[in-house]
Amino acid sequence: MSATASDPQGGSRVTAEATAAEAEVWALLAEVPDPEIPVLSIIDLGIVREVRVGADGRLRVAITPTYSGCPATAVIRTMVRSALDAGGFPHAILEEVLSPPWSSDWLTAAGRDKLRAFGIAPPEETVTSPRQLLGSPGVSCPRCASRDTSCVSEFGSTPCKAHYCCRTCGEPFDYFKCL
Amino acid sequence: MSATTKSSEATAQLQQEAHWRYVLRLADTSLVLGQRLAEWIGHAPALEEELALANISLDLIGQARLLLTYAGELEGRGHDEDALAFLRDAPEFCNLALAEQPNGDFAHTLVRQWLIDAWQLEMYAALEHSSDTRLAAIAAKALRETRYHYRFSRGWLIRLGDGTAESHERMQRALDALWRFTAELITPDQIDEHMSERGIAPSLPELAPRWSARVEEDVRMASLARPAAQPYPWHGKRGVHTEHLGHLLGEMQHLQRTYPGARW
Repeated sequence: MSATASDPQGGSRVTAEATAAEAEVWALLAEVPDPEIPVLSIIDLGIVREVRVGADGRLRVAITPTYSGCPATAVIRTMVRSALDAGGFPHAILEEVLSPPWSSDWLTAAGRDKLRAFGIAPPEETVTSPRQLLGSPGVSCPRCASRDTSCVSEFGSTPCKAHYCCRTCGEPFDYFKCL
Repeated sequence: MSATTKSSEATAQLQQEAHWRYVLRLADTSLVLGQRLAEWIGHAPALEEELALANISLDLIGQARLLLTYAGELEGRGHDEDALAFLRDAPEFCNLALAEQPNGDFAHTLVRQWLIDAWQLEMYAALEHSSDTRLAAIAAKALRETRYHYRFSRGWLIRLGDGTAESHERMQRALDALWRFTAELITPDQIDEHMSERGIAPSLPELAPRWSARVEEDVRMASLARPAAQPYPWHGKRGVHTEHLGHLLGEMQHLQRTYPGARW
């Protein structure tokens, strides 16, 4: 972590290079899977908060944890570091930020589709929805799309999931918690 | 109180120490409660509830790690989260005495959880606006998780309190047994007052009625009776604990005490 900033050069050229580097890093990170739900990339999950080349010429990547105690956080940090190293950005600074706090609202639309295809129901409500206070009443089954489902447990196999069951097709399934 | 609130020289010392001690209190309450919940793993009454308690435990320990790391930095003596969690003795812990109470039956665990969830809900909602931006960020993160925990513990409080004669009786017994530890949640001491004056922490006398009203409403919904206020001799925040904390730490710290510096 003792990288020196690249020599400052003419303004617009540096900006163009910086933008290209940022785009390249976003593409790199789109290939980094969430270790617990590998069908999602960390971009889909909404935990990459910033990719920016600073005035000092150094690239900064900021990620945020989903849940405070999520054991995947340390693994993700290592995977991002490896991806940056392998992608030609060994001097990038990897930061962890807490604010603003991650929310399931940040799951991308593509991420929601991938979850459903994987058999996990994506969050139905937004965190700011008043209905959210009552739990998620109308979770639809990722297998048969029936809304006649019941919550077996508000918690599941990972911090981000609850456990549901479909009354129509009888299949149990995970629901990505709305939080 | 009289022994510790006497002199103005203590006030100067408080200026330096109050901040990290305050953060450490929040951290210890989460850590100790998280450890208690983890004791249910392998013993919970149903698989779903075991998953719930383990998940809440994980959130609490995650919050404790963020807070412990910050407390260690504020203290400035090179203590990281592990040193603070594993190498302090019981009198150096400053969690709420309620958090360290044994799991008892499922009713005791739930009532303890619900009382602290309701308290953390008010605390984090206020701390989200703390003048200490790092603490505010941790609080904002913890608040979302706490809302979810509270929904769970409140749900069970109502189901079991308003359930069968047996479940009602057990919930009432747990509430009666644990109520004496709740005064500490809303009674400020010098550190609380000092932090409140600096805009870092909420004023407990202002927060108390909100917590109290929430608890009152839930107790009513659960068909339970709110016990009368009782004096409390424990001051977990100041390191005066019940005997139970030592036993909890004995288990939690065993590995690091026996093999100092052991790593995965």
